[in-house]
Amino acid sequence: MKYIEEFRNAELAQGLSAAIKSEADPNRIYRFMEFCGGHTHALARYGVEDLLPRNVKMIHGPGCPVCVLPVGRVDEAVALATQEDVILCTYADLMRVPGTKYESLIKARSKGADVRMVYSTIDALKIAEENPDREVVFFAIGFETTTPPTAVALKQAQAKGLKNFSIYCNHVLTPAAMRAILGVHTPEGAPNVILDGFVGPAHVSAVIGMKPYEEFTTDYKKPVVIAGFEPLDVMQAILQLIRQTNDGRADVENEYARAVTPEGNVKAQALVDEVFELRDEFSWRGLGSVPLSALKIRPEFSEYDAELRFNVDLPEPKENKLCECGAILRGEKTPTDCTLFGTSCTPDNPMGACMVSSEGACAAHWTYGRFRSEAEAVEELAS
Amino acid sequence: MNMNKPKSRPLDLKNGRVDMSHGAGGRAMAQLISDMFVETFDNEVLNREHDAAMVQLPAGRVVMSTDSFVISPLFFPGGNIGSLAVHGTVNDVSMAGAKPYYLTAGFILEEGFPLSDLAEIVKSMGEAAKEAGVAIVTGDTKVVERGHGDGIYINTAGVGVVPDGVDVCGDQAKPGDKILVNGTLGDHGVAVMSKRENLSFATEILSDSQSLCDLVGDMMKAVPDMRVLRDPTRGGLAATLNEIAHQSGVGVELYEKDLPIRPEVKSACELLGLDPLYVANEGKLIAICPADKADELLAVMQAHPKGKDAAIVGEVLEDSRCFVRMKTGLGGTRMVDWLAGEQLPRIC
Repeated sequence: MKYIEEFRNAELAQGLSAAIKSEADPNRIYRFMEFCGGHTHALARYGVEDLLPRNVKMIHGPGCPVCVLPVGRVDEAVALATQEDVILCTYADLMRVPGTKYESLIKARSKGADVRMVYSTIDALKIAEENPDREVVFFAIGFETTTPPTAVALKQAQAKGLKNFSIYCNHVLTPAAMRAILGVHTPEGAPNVILDGFVGPAHVSAVIGMKPYEEFTTDYKKPVVIAGFEPLDVMQAILQLIRQTNDGRADVENEYARAVTPEGNVKAQALVDEVFELRDEFSWRGLGSVPLSALKIRPEFSEYDAELRFNVDLPEPKENKLCECGAILRGEKTPTDCTLFGTSCTPDNPMGACMVSSEGACAAHWTYGRFRSEAEAVEELAS
Repeated sequence: MNMNKPKSRPLDLKNGRVDMSHGAGGRAMAQLISDMFVETFDNEVLNREHDAAMVQLPAGRVVMSTDSFVISPLFFPGGNIGSLAVHGTVNDVSMAGAKPYYLTAGFILEEGFPLSDLAEIVKSMGEAAKEAGVAIVTGDTKVVERGHGDGIYINTAGVGVVPDGVDVCGDQAKPGDKILVNGTLGDHGVAVMSKRENLSFATEILSDSQSLCDLVGDMMKAVPDMRVLRDPTRGGLAATLNEIAHQSGVGVELYEKDLPIRPEVKSACELLGLDPLYVANEGKLIAICPADKADELLAVMQAHPKGKDAAIVGEVLEDSRCFVRMKTGLGGTRMVDWLAGEQLPRIC
C-alpha cells in the first residue's frame, strides 16, 4: 500500500460517484460540512465536487487553524518577533497571514525580525539549544493534531533545562467549534442550523478518538463520519452521511479506520492533559468568542509560557463589518454571497478568515473553483 | 642587480579565501581572472582579455537574455550555482527558438568565500558552457565585505540568433494548440529543498538542471511554426502556464493523468505540503504547437535524451478570463491558479 495513489483512484471514484448519485434522494438537498481544511483542500484540489450530484452541497468548515486565528493573535506574533533577541519559530502557513494594517510575519522578517519556519516543534527546540543567548519562542497553533507535539517540546525543554525556550499557545479544540456552529440561534431563538451532518476530522480524530463527537449525534441529531484526507475517503464519508440522513440516523461512524481508533491516542491525550488546561474563552476569527474552545499552558509549566514571559497584550482589532466569514463558516452563506469576495478580499489580500489559507472556504473557491462560478450561476438562473 | 622575474604565488585553491584585494583592480584580481576564469573558460575571444568581447554572429535576429543566480544552497544534488547560471541563461535564449552562442558572467563574491568552492563552481560553468556549445566571452568580478553577500552571486547574460520567419513567443498560443513538456516536473525544486538547512530529508532526487539548446534545435527543425517555448522555472508549470495564458489571451486545460512527475517528487511534496505543479524546474520546457504537429513534435522530443519522458499534457482553450484549469486524475476539474506569494507548506 503506497497510501497516495490508492486513495486517488479514478475508477473507484467513479464507482463512489455513481453510488452517491443513486442513493441521494433527488427531491431534497443535502448539506454536509467538512470540518477540516484538509478535507476542503481535497475536495477542491481533486475536483471532487464535480463528482457529486448538484443537490449534495459541501459546506467548508472552520478547521483551518491559521484561518481562525484572530487578527489580534497575528499582531501579537509580529510584536513578539520584533522584540530584540527573540527568534520566533512557527509553522509555515502562518507566515503570510496578515494582521492589522497587513503586517505579517513575512513582512516583519523583511524588516529584520528573526522568524524561522519550522516543520516540527523539535526543530524549534534545536534552534533554542543552538542559540543560548537568544529567546526562542514557538508560536503554537493548530487543533488537537498539533497540540501533542507542542506538549512534547515543552517537556523536552524542561528535561534539558532550556531556559531560553517558551511557547505562545494558540491551540484550539474541534468539538467546541462544532458546538459553536450548531448552537447558533435565530433572533427568535430557534436553532438556525441547516447542516445535515459532518465529515469528521482525520488527524484530529486520530488523537481524540470517536467519543468526543457523540454529543453531536445525541444532543443535535447530526451524523458524523470521520474521514481521511484523500479524495476517496471524503467521497466514502459523503456516501455514509447520505445513508444516515436517508435512514434518519445520527451516528458517529469511522471511515478512517486505518488511522483512527475509538479511543484515539491515549498517550497523547494524557500528555496534553498534563501540560495544558482549558481557557475560559478564546476569540475565533469568523466565529467570535467561543467558550472553553482553546488551551493554555498549566501554571506548573508557566516558566515556558510566552504569554507570561513577554508582555504583548494588544487591543483586539475589529473585523471588517462586510465580511461574511461567520455566516460562511456556519454554512448559511457561500463565498460568492459576500460582497468582498474576489473584489477587495483575495488570497493576495485576504480580509477574512476564509480567505487566509488555501484551506479556507473562500480561498479554496477562489483558487480552485472560480472558473465554475459564472457557468453555475447561469445554470441556476435557468433552472 | 637582480634581474630575475618576480615569482608569483599560485592561487591557494586548498585553503585560500576571497579577500577584498580580489576585487580591487590590482595584481590579486588580475591573477584571479587569468588563473581561474580565463584558464577555465578558455576561448579565443576571452583570452584576448579586452574589456569588451568582440564576436561574430550569423545572419538572423539577435536574441538576448540575462539572469541572476542567488540560490541557496550553492551546491545541490545534480549541480551547483555555476552550472545553473549557464543552463538558466542558455535556456532563456533557447526559448525564443534561438541558438545561443555567447555568454557573459558577472561574479559578486563575499569576502571570505573559499577559493576551492569558487574553483569548483567556475569549473562547472566551464563544463556546462562546453556541453551547451556556448563560449563565456567576457565577465566581471566584484568583492563585497563579509556579511554583505551570501558567498557568491552570479549573473549571466546570453546572446543567440533566431532565423528570420520564426516567431516563438508567449503571446502566440492559439485555441486548439497542444501543450507538451519534455520530462518530469518538480525535480529541481525538491532536490534543492531536500538540502536546505532546516528541511533535510534523505532523497535520491537530482536537480534536472541542464541546457536545452540541443533539444530545442531538434524541435525547431521538426516544427518551425512552433508557437511558444518556455522554461517553467520559479513557480513551476502552473506559474508559467498562467503567464502564457495571459500573454496570449487564452485559457489552458491540463490533463493531470498525463503529467510526468516522479513518485519520489510526489512523495516529497506530500510530506512537505507542496504542489509539484508549483515547484521549480531548471531543465524542462513547455512547448505549445499547432495540434496537427503535436505527435510529430512528441516523437522528436522523445528521441532526444533530454526529452525521453516528454508528454502531451494539455491544450489551449478559448477563454477570455485566461484561466488555467486541470482535469484531475479523479475525474473532476479545478483551477491551477497563480500562487499567492511564495508556496508555503500547509499545516494539516
